[in-house]
Amino acid sequence: MKLLSAYAPHLREEDDVRKIMLDVLIALSPAVIGAAYFFGWYALFLCVTGAIIGELFDVFVMKYLRGVKDFIPDGSGAVTGLLLAMNVSTRLPFWAFVLGLVFALGVGKHAFGGLGQNVFNPALVGRAFLLISFPTYMTTWVVPGAGFWKSPADVMTSATPLALFKEQGQITSYWDLFIGNVGGSLGETSALLLLIGFLYLVLRKRIKIFIPLSYIGTVFVFSTVAYLVSSKFGDPLFHLLSGGLMLGALFMATDMVTSPITPKGQVIFGIGCGVLTMAIRLFGAYPEGVSFSILFMNALVPLIDRYTKPRIFGEVKK
Amino acid sequence: MLTFKGGVHPPQLKEWSKEKSIERMPLPERVYVFLLNHAGNPAKPVVSVGDEVKTGQVIGEPEGFISAYLHSPVTGKVVELKKILHPIVGKPIEAIVIERTSEDEWVRLGTGNYEQMSKDEILDVIKKAGIVGLGGAMFPTHVKLSPPPEKRVDTLIINGAECEPVLTIDHRLMLERAEDILQGILIMMKVLGTEKAIVGVESNKMDAYQNLKKIFKGYPVDVALLKTKYPQGAEKQLIYAITKRRVPRGGLPMDVGIVVQNVGTCVAVKEAVVDGKPLVERGLTVSGDAVKNPKNLIVRIGTPVRDILEYCGGIDENTERVILGGPMMGIAITNLDIPIMKGTSGVTAFLPRKVQPQKPCIRCSECVQVCPMNLQPYLLYLLSSKRRYDEAVENGLMDCIECGSCTYTCPSKIEHVRYIKLAKTVYRATRRGRK
Repeated sequence: MKLLSAYAPHLREEDDVRKIMLDVLIALSPAVIGAAYFFGWYALFLCVTGAIIGELFDVFVMKYLRGVKDFIPDGSGAVTGLLLAMNVSTRLPFWAFVLGLVFALGVGKHAFGGLGQNVFNPALVGRAFLLISFPTYMTTWVVPGAGFWKSPADVMTSATPLALFKEQGQITSYWDLFIGNVGGSLGETSALLLLIGFLYLVLRKRIKIFIPLSYIGTVFVFSTVAYLVSSKFGDPLFHLLSGGLMLGALFMATDMVTSPITPKGQVIFGIGCGVLTMAIRLFGAYPEGVSFSILFMNALVPLIDRYTKPRIFGEVKK
Repeated sequence: MLTFKGGVHPPQLKEWSKEKSIERMPLPERVYVFLLNHAGNPAKPVVSVGDEVKTGQVIGEPEGFISAYLHSPVTGKVVELKKILHPIVGKPIEAIVIERTSEDEWVRLGTGNYEQMSKDEILDVIKKAGIVGLGGAMFPTHVKLSPPPEKRVDTLIINGAECEPVLTIDHRLMLERAEDILQGILIMMKVLGTEKAIVGVESNKMDAYQNLKKIFKGYPVDVALLKTKYPQGAEKQLIYAITKRRVPRGGLPMDVGIVVQNVGTCVAVKEAVVDGKPLVERGLTVSGDAVKNPKNLIVRIGTPVRDILEYCGGIDENTERVILGGPMMGIAITNLDIPIMKGTSGVTAFLPRKVQPQKPCIRCSECVQVCPMNLQPYLLYLLSSKRRYDEAVENGLMDCIECGSCTYTCPSKIEHVRYIKLAKTVYRATRRGRK
């Protein structure tokens, strides 16, 4: 009988990183189905290949570039790939998408040391790269509902609700905004489907709930105040439902690796994201500010963590 | 229900043994009594090879303030003094080996009616009986019961939480030995001069809770119902759950007017003071999915684990780990000839379990949420693994109670506690070096 010399505890919870990543993928799937319904086969194609290529690239980097021979895929590459797909326009050519994904994982994740080490949300790094490198592809939007099999090159283009409002003062129907029947990135348009996925993560206790609450709450307060000052800023409900706010607040800002550890820190992080998002939307050059505000706040996470350390049990108030 | 912030809910696994009445294991043929059977300095042996000893005869005397008496657990002959791997210290420590030659011939302590004894007389009996905390830390009980006069102790708390999965001995003691527990408590209350004592019991032991309530009726001893949560029995967490007092960092329970004792210790105190029995045996649980017949046993100190497991029908040939104590904080041993000590609350044997490889930390913050000491285990792990010990200490390294909640819950399967323990050892050693 060979007895194992192991360290306590000798019991472990069954949960693991793969199950967490799988849950995130499951939570994103309603919005993926929505993307397919609104934007057609190419949207679905980007989402599925994004997840597959993301995971394969992760395995490639770990096994061949970093020499971890017994690397077991953990699903984090698939999550990044899918999130990046949800963050781009259907007009983005496949080759550019793959380039963006390689940048997201290569520079956004592995350059920092791989899983858990990255400072910035890799999908947003990829999105920022694509937005700067291929601004036309990234900001040409298609009108939803052209039919599943229509080629993306053939369908009509339109501006996003936020751009329409910023440039022409035109308000899109709230119902369309809520269910996602508007132009925009693949996965960001339907608040409803994103909320369904989010609810799943909440029920599975997978998510840092303080970030979405404080982020969306801040956007609500900020836009209400702005609306009271002048109606040209748009009303609060419009700001909540349009653009990438829901996708960002529910699925990007909540990324475990790049967000603060404690509830207090998470609230600060969420408020920061909300303020920056509204500042960019109302006063910036871009119609949308979600991804840049999250990236900016990502950079502040170590600082937030440092100043929101929990007080150790028995520590006296200073 | 009373509780604390944080903690985890491991599977209880108590059904294997919780219905089994406490049995007395037959006397072992040979015992191996560590000179270090308590916290503090090893005892000084007062017998030599060839000496005949009787059960309860002193074989080791305390060396220094924090140390304890040792008694022969059997009647027989000292055959050897040899170094054996000490599972807690992790290196060989001197042990007295005694071969049993007959049934028990007792050497008892001089006792009387404790109600007529003075505080100091009682304390002296407890000291002479070699009683240490039976919950696991093995801190000498007489030291704990004599706080310096400037620390006013107003409450005695008895730990009946038994939050470790698998273990059921305290549960059984509270069912079968409640009168002895009560007497032990009353004795200790007299020594401490406290008006009040409270026994904390987890809600998964309702029968024990009700039994204690019934037995304690008319005495100044309360029973508090605690939420079933690990580590509910950790001293600081138990005190907080029951009294909402927080033991200060680096402080002791007596700093907030409290002394904590385990239920098993209460029984030992009663047996010493009332019956004149030195601490030569203890109750423990033998269980786990690899044990043929799980039991709750009274076993002589120094009995090899091998004998105990054999008495319980042996273990499965595929057994992967044998643990002294429970699965959350117990120590895995690879040699079954290691003897049990005064603080061994159980012997747990497990069949192989799927072990998942360690992944990088994904900052999910689970460990921070479950840490009952409000530490950031992920950070302590990170700093410890990078050997940045001073920073780890600044972040509460020495406050860690090593309960293992963080490691239990971590989805990346990181062994925080292992790194923290190592870092503590290194830090203590270097601090000694700096002085």
